[in-house]
Amino acid sequence: MDLSPRTFRITRADLVRYAGASGDFNPIHWSDRFATKVGLPGVIAHGMFTMALVGRAVTDWAGSPDAVVEYGVRFTRPVVVPDDDEGTEIEVRAAVRGEPEDGLTRLDLTATCHGEKVLAQARAVIRTPA
Amino acid sequence: MSLDPSFVGRSYPPTPPYQVGREKIREFATAIGAVEPAYHDPDAARALGHADVVAPPTYPFTITMAASRQIVEDPELGIDYSRVVHGDQRFRYTRPVVAGDELVCVNTVEEIVNRAGNSFMTTRTEVNTTAGEPVVTVWTKLVVRGEG
Repeated sequence: MDLSPRTFRITRADLVRYAGASGDFNPIHWSDRFATKVGLPGVIAHGMFTMALVGRAVTDWAGSPDAVVEYGVRFTRPVVVPDDDEGTEIEVRAAVRGEPEDGLTRLDLTATCHGEKVLAQARAVIRTPA
Repeated sequence: MSLDPSFVGRSYPPTPPYQVGREKIREFATAIGAVEPAYHDPDAARALGHADVVAPPTYPFTITMAASRQIVEDPELGIDYSRVVHGDQRFRYTRPVVAGDELVCVNTVEEIVNRAGNSFMTTRTEVNTTAGEPVVTVWTKLVVRGEG
């Protein structure tokens, strides 16, 4: 299985689009004024948006959008998204951690932003690609 | 403020059916930049053996987040939502969510831990079709940060 790392760029526009599509309109994901008032450095990505991007890497590695059997993460560090054209970037990596049963592969996942891990205990079980 | 541990094990009434729309799945897939044909094209999804377009793995959270308001807005439990942070998230799939599904959520409080002024609550949501077919089980851990 080719597990080459994936990178995803995240801009403010992505957060607005995700807010609309997911129904999560928490202002910490679109208002600097609100985000800084509650002690954040600025607008942060939805944890579930980061999880969705890591999920894209997982389905990509698995070779099929319906091959995920189990998927879980812990959110440990916010992904701050500056209000400019570049936004920020997360890098996603995976390592095979075993075969819980025949035909299944467990992946340990890492997602980093500026070199720092933003998830812990990130794991997926996928159907082993043919 | 701490959460009452006697809520552990409590289940809530099934939520009203949620109708999964094809355009909603496409919108969600587009929002996360997912271009795989099975998310957008019914024929591509049928080629994989599904009745209609398939939802990306984290899509069910949009349904369970709304459904979990039963718990987070339960006045007896008394969660201050302005202090809530998403801690952990986990999905176990029987099959992917597919356009046309009519889904019902049953929420259960699985764990409550009060530690160092913060509260940690794990909920489990069984997402089934209206016909009772299991689709996905969703665990969410919320952290309610203590005051000051």
